[in-house]
Amino acid sequence: MTQEELLPLIYKKDDRAFTLLYDMYSKSLFGVISNLIKDREEAEDVLQDVFVKIWKNIDSYSEDKGRFYTWIVNIARNSSIDKLRSKGFNNSQKNLSADNFVHLLDDNTRMNNKIDSIGIQEFVKKLKPKCIKIIDLLFFKGYTQQEASDELEIPLGTVKTQNRNCINELRNLLQVS
Amino acid sequence: MSTQEYIESGILELYVYGKLNDSEVEEVVKMAKQHAEIRAEIIEIENAMVYLSGSVAPRLSGKNYEAIKQQIFGSETKVVDLKPEVKPKSGISQYLGWAAAIVFLVGGGYLYQQVEGKKEAIANIEKEKGKLQEAVVDLELKNKANEEALALVRDPKNTIVPLAGQEVSPTSFAKVYWNQETQTVYIDGAGLPEPPEGYVYQVWALKLNPLTPLSIGLLDDFKGDNKRLFPVDNVVEAEAFGITLEPAGGSVSPTLEQLYTLGKV
Repeated sequence: MTQEELLPLIYKKDDRAFTLLYDMYSKSLFGVISNLIKDREEAEDVLQDVFVKIWKNIDSYSEDKGRFYTWIVNIARNSSIDKLRSKGFNNSQKNLSADNFVHLLDDNTRMNNKIDSIGIQEFVKKLKPKCIKIIDLLFFKGYTQQEASDELEIPLGTVKTQNRNCINELRNLLQVS
Repeated sequence: MSTQEYIESGILELYVYGKLNDSEVEEVVKMAKQHAEIRAEIIEIENAMVYLSGSVAPRLSGKNYEAIKQQIFGSETKVVDLKPEVKPKSGISQYLGWAAAIVFLVGGGYLYQQVEGKKEAIANIEKEKGKLQEAVVDLELKNKANEEALALVRDPKNTIVPLAGQEVSPTSFAKVYWNQETQTVYIDGAGLPEPPEGYVYQVWALKLNPLTPLSIGLLDDFKGDNKRLFPVDNVVEAEAFGITLEPAGGSVSPTLEQLYTLGKV
């Protein structure tokens, strides 16, 4: 199932489309949200909000503005950051948690997920540390290239290609596992 | 840039992340429409990101799905229930609404156009302003340079030596401004033709008896300096000044066949 097949169903707004949408993206969005919001219940609240926002604002999405997935990940990041701000966290994205997405795997509450997380830990932990950092900042935390370049102390001009190499590495790991 | 280079540049990853500006997104969307390879690559990157972020997500209980469904469809169902109670309108009232809507739309469209037009006008004016400012700065710099040149030339302590055109170039002329107090010598070369490629004017201070030439400098960058006012080395003693055309870099002694201008002090 791809965005091209899913979107026509969503536009009709029937609940079968909603189920498909949820199945395709809920885990991914929850991963992004949980990386920003440590509290489990709050993260779940944000996830619910995000799906309601997606559903209600679907008409403002246009395929000319980019991928549907990009649009919904953006909603997830922004809603998480709004939530943090409402709780008095500093406004700057640079003050987001220093933890990266790999830490989520060490969370004890994942016990239920133990079986599939073993295989997952294998491939995620094979990523180079610098790749984990760059993917964490740009994708999970939504840093700009400039902010990522400052944070990682690498030249701005190389952020794009370093990230590309890391995603290639990730794709290779996914094919092997 | 080939399709492969475009893919390798890493722009598609940032596109999926949502890190590109509007015009960059527009470009990627256009490229994706044209090239199946790029579409396939975008989907693979997207799948990798969906998988990676999904893999690190904590376990998600089914109650979230139910809660969201309730929030979305719970309220919509009620709206559907109300529908039969809406009575069909009759007569002119149903057209009034449409008419108002059309007036509103047309009015809105007109206003939108007006605003867009003004925005463009403002942007153009800003651009013009920027250009004018640049021009003003440019002129100020030129003016300053001119004033400096004028001050040098006007100094009453100058000894002014006019140099007249010689056999090679009878129409040429030049002037030497020799300030013995500040020990500076300037050559006004405005009356000399542009030197041919690979040649340069060389200025000589001359003692006449016996004829002893002393090189005091080259009129370098003749084309670039549009005032043609050149500082040269100071001289202590000179009875005449001459300017000859010499191969680039200058010569040890003057090529007298190429003597352009000459004048006695």
